[in-house]
Amino acid sequence: EDVGCALARVGAAWLALVLALIVVPSALGISLGISEAYMWVLVKTLEWATIRIEKGVKKPRPQMLKTPAANGIIERDETPMEKEIARLHRVDFEFSDIFYFCRKGFEAIVEDEVTQRFSSEELVSWNLLTRTNVNFHYISLRLTVVWVIGVIVRYCFLLPLRFTLAAIGITSMIVGTTMVGQLPNSSVKNYLSEVVHLTCSRILVRALSGTIRYHNKENKPQKGGICVANHTSPIDAIILTNDGCYAMVGQVHGGLMGVIQRATVKACPHVWFERSEIKDRHLVTKRLREHVADKSKLPILIFPEGTCINNTSVMMFKKGSFEIGGTIYPVAIKYDPQFGDAFWNSSKYNIVSYLLRIMTSWAIVCNVWYMPPMVRKEGEDAVQFANRVRSAIARQGGLTELPWDGGLKRAKVKDTFKEEQQKNYSKMLVRNGSIG
Amino acid sequence: AVSHSQITRLYSRFTSLDKGENGTLSREDFQRIPELAINPLGDRIINAFFPEGEDQVNFRGFMRTLAHFRPIEDNEKSKDQNGPEPLNSRSNKLHFAFRLYDLDKDDKISRDELLQVLRMMVGVNISDEQLGSIADRTIQEADQDGDSAISFAEFVKVLEKVDVEQKMSIRFLH
Repeated sequence: EDVGCALARVGAAWLALVLALIVVPSALGISLGISEAYMWVLVKTLEWATIRIEKGVKKPRPQMLKTPAANGIIERDETPMEKEIARLHRVDFEFSDIFYFCRKGFEAIVEDEVTQRFSSEELVSWNLLTRTNVNFHYISLRLTVVWVIGVIVRYCFLLPLRFTLAAIGITSMIVGTTMVGQLPNSSVKNYLSEVVHLTCSRILVRALSGTIRYHNKENKPQKGGICVANHTSPIDAIILTNDGCYAMVGQVHGGLMGVIQRATVKACPHVWFERSEIKDRHLVTKRLREHVADKSKLPILIFPEGTCINNTSVMMFKKGSFEIGGTIYPVAIKYDPQFGDAFWNSSKYNIVSYLLRIMTSWAIVCNVWYMPPMVRKEGEDAVQFANRVRSAIARQGGLTELPWDGGLKRAKVKDTFKEEQQKNYSKMLVRNGSIG
Repeated sequence: AVSHSQITRLYSRFTSLDKGENGTLSREDFQRIPELAINPLGDRIINAFFPEGEDQVNFRGFMRTLAHFRPIEDNEKSKDQNGPEPLNSRSNKLHFAFRLYDLDKDDKISRDELLQVLRMMVGVNISDEQLGSIADRTIQEADQDGDSAISFAEFVKVLEKVDVEQKMSIRFLH
């Protein structure tokens, strides 16, 4: 019983400390400087670790220190089909024509642009987390000791702390929005809904040890607009709502996410839809149109890629949001993978294991750039507009652009691409040969 | 020989393709690569990894097939002149390409086999007649012994001026 009492007292003291030092200040939007101190220590430690690793590598192995993904691991020959299958003499077909397709095929097997985007980015230098220890080897005793200390700090101190904060944040979000949802529609309700969302987002950002830098705040999305951003994880939404209020558009989920979704939609007109439901898709389009027409409504937040990508590139934007006509506010989000991997590989981890991984990382560090609003130009169709916005986001965030659909994570590629290649090759045969 | 870091990279690639996590790749694992799935010869290329008609290939088999695409200059570094001919010699690269055509493995490319490959590459864009006359012309030009089929020797002769080493090689950046 004494043990029980003692534990209860310790628990209460712990909770009080957390509330006083973290929850209340973050709810009020002020900072006590604890996070900054933590980040400073973390950065210094990782810098030290990088230097030790560089020194410890006996053979000069530059590939360990150069980002592999940037250049790829093999030389890719980008000469187009027409030039490569250049004719030596006027014959329509040659046996060597297959070499082009053959090599392209093997290049894709060794390394392709698409599938690598659905798994986490490789790090330039080890960040003292076991999970990223793919190509790094034992260097020195000191480094290992620091790593062990890191494990203890992360699992025994940070994880319980973050878990407490997340629990507080999520519970407040659910309870708060449900309560606000009971009120009749009015400006008071909207105001309170904004307060609840902002406060809980701030608590949740602390729960992830999030360090977010917002750039160009003058371009923040305005009411009646549509905010589009590249998608890396469900956390993107929290990162953005930490700095403003949005009406979110997203896929319906089960479990805890579903509970949160059902609660928040009572207070704020978020749009949660079932991807496979056609009538839901029409509903989304209809809601977007209504929203854009009404300048007093909160900006809509939508992720046009439709799925999580690993934050090294921006994949094809679905044209739905760009057909509405309305002002698009592009936002680029770039995470720093050195401190923690934010990418949610939904085929490998479910949401709970994902959150656990996030909470046992060092921190979530990211940059958010608000970009100047864009509208559809004369004579531009929705797809071209979507591509233009995508290029702008990719350029700002330092990401590569890929014309591939993020849906390839789960679905097969369409045959039309193969048919296009076949068509191009056929044109070459017919042009050069003397076919009657 | 292949460098240690290249093997590590390729093993890493192998495991990332191996969705079933059982140490082998199936045809579906290859077809999940979009750039390969849209390649007109994609199915033939995938078949090259399953020579004996099995359904699974392990890492060793994976490397063996990929070895055909190593650049030839890599061989100058290895000193083993008396060993068996390396998989990436000009002759073996040509043999690899020959086998992409020669589906029934009778060491001859028949008119039908040639038509099959042509059809894969052009899709629906050329009629049977036109394709047939292309095939006939190609065989006629290369056929030396008059059996209306292309043997490996005739294949090599037709391609003697082609820079096989360059067209059928993949270079690692490090």
